[in-house]
Amino acid sequence: MKKQYPKPKLVPVPSPNMVPERDVDKSPILECRHLGIDFGGLSAVADFDMAIGRTEIAGLIGPNGAGKTTVFNLLTKVYQPTRGTILLDGQDTHSMTTAQVSKAGIARTFQNIRLFSKLSVEDNVKIGLHNQTPYPMWSGILRLPSYWKQEKVAHERAMELLSIFDMQDLADHQAGSLPYGAQRRLEIVRALATGPSLLLLDEPAAGMNPSETAELMDNIVKIRDTFQIAIMLIEHDMNLVMGICEGICVLNFGKIIAKGTPEEIQSNPAVIEAYLGKKKEA
Amino acid sequence: MEFLSYLITGISLGSIYAIIALGYTMVYGIAKMLNFAHGDVIMVGGYVAFYATSFASSSLLGEDPSTAATVLATIAAVVLAMIVCTVLGVVIEGLAYRPLRQAGSLAVLITAIGVSYFLQNAAQLLFGANPKNFTPVVSGQLTFFDGQLRITNVALLTVVACIIIMVALTAFTSKGKMGKAMRACSEDRGAAQLMGINVNATISLTFAIGSALAAIAGVLMCSYSPVLKPTTGSMPGIKAFTAAVFGGIGSIPGAFLGGILLGIIESLAQAYISTQLSNAILFAVLIIVLLVKPSGLLGKMAPEKV
Repeated sequence: MKKQYPKPKLVPVPSPNMVPERDVDKSPILECRHLGIDFGGLSAVADFDMAIGRTEIAGLIGPNGAGKTTVFNLLTKVYQPTRGTILLDGQDTHSMTTAQVSKAGIARTFQNIRLFSKLSVEDNVKIGLHNQTPYPMWSGILRLPSYWKQEKVAHERAMELLSIFDMQDLADHQAGSLPYGAQRRLEIVRALATGPSLLLLDEPAAGMNPSETAELMDNIVKIRDTFQIAIMLIEHDMNLVMGICEGICVLNFGKIIAKGTPEEIQSNPAVIEAYLGKKKEA
Repeated sequence: MEFLSYLITGISLGSIYAIIALGYTMVYGIAKMLNFAHGDVIMVGGYVAFYATSFASSSLLGEDPSTAATVLATIAAVVLAMIVCTVLGVVIEGLAYRPLRQAGSLAVLITAIGVSYFLQNAAQLLFGANPKNFTPVVSGQLTFFDGQLRITNVALLTVVACIIIMVALTAFTSKGKMGKAMRACSEDRGAAQLMGINVNATISLTFAIGSALAAIAGVLMCSYSPVLKPTTGSMPGIKAFTAAVFGGIGSIPGAFLGGILLGIIESLAQAYISTQLSNAILFAVLIIVLLVKPSGLLGKMAPEKV
């Protein structure tokens, strides 16, 4: 039997957007207003308007080449937007670099795994913890007590994070030698290590079999519940999207064609057209 | 016995190459660029140490200084050279290489060659083209087997310094958040940035470490062959680069091994084959090694993803 995840009602916030009912008292963690980017003469993303609640699981779907990953690259400032604003927790990210956005609270995983494959599993997580391991450079060079103390804290934190996916035993393995599914999980752990308030998952279920996908769905909900963070995911697996996402945004040719709850999206004619093509007039 | 003394000369010469090669290999590993100005940073380090020690002996120490004062002045001169070279390295990176971070690797390579000539000519303007006679930082030698085997103290100091640097650098890059940030940048700069690592700061740190090592190499090298001129750094720079490639560029133990082997080959070739041909033999060995193992002795071949 298909597992049912509880679905909150979406309610409007003071912008043309909706967030889950439980998040309405708090300001949205992310708000995009008229976000857009041009590559040469091509408008890859245009007028992207979206708000994500503090603890929402949001989905970003659309046919191939719709601009979904471009949106992630805009949010993480890998690309500088041509137009529009991104408000992360009310703060404009316009002048931030990628590293500063990460510090401010956005973490992501990648469509094609981009782990530091020559490093150990634990070191990968510790790199995620980089900005939460505060000791000055001199302390690191001279190995002063603060270095040992902070590195110990980082080690314990890394193990704790790895235990979410029962991966503590793999800590000493080389990241590149892990099986595919474990590498995908490690990417999520590494992203969580940066202490995000918004986690972006780029096709987390790509290449997974149905039982692995079901486990992943449980884990995504678990992560949201444990860390109380917002999660935005790009995914082609409709069971996953419709199963756990609370608000869904559909992109086609760089433009939002529909927004709403899974039920609304499933019956939206524009979405059906984008995915299946236009119905032939009889 | 003769062989042994040539071998020791080779090892200590190789240690200098290894210290310089560490700078090349770290910058290549993390910033993915060949910093051909690295050899000239060595020369700057040599000049700073030269002027610092001459200033100390002429105006600070007075006639007949005590041993402790001389040692202290020498250490101060080396530290000063390290500080000046560190600043120089960071400034070169910030002004010349950072604006080209997104440019092709050829543009950066040409810039590096330009910086190298700039430093040489600036040194000629500032310090003059006449060779300076560098006073070795340590003198004296140890004799073994009734004077058949002599090891200079400079040679000993060089080898010890090289081993300490090598161990410290390995520890630094393998443990701790800065070392991990460096390795993250070396593997995937984009992903490192998304983990909140400041890539520019990490690359600056790499240049700072490499340049500080260049200063040490400069002082040791000038103690070895005590003639200092604006082009002093270029040949050892190229040989150290060779050593880095020989050992597998990007690998710290590789730079160490490559440097030592290169020094030994050079020393033995000079002793047994021909002094004039020693450089030719050196580079011939490099070509043969690269034909057999293109990634260098300890380098790993990274298969291109298709």
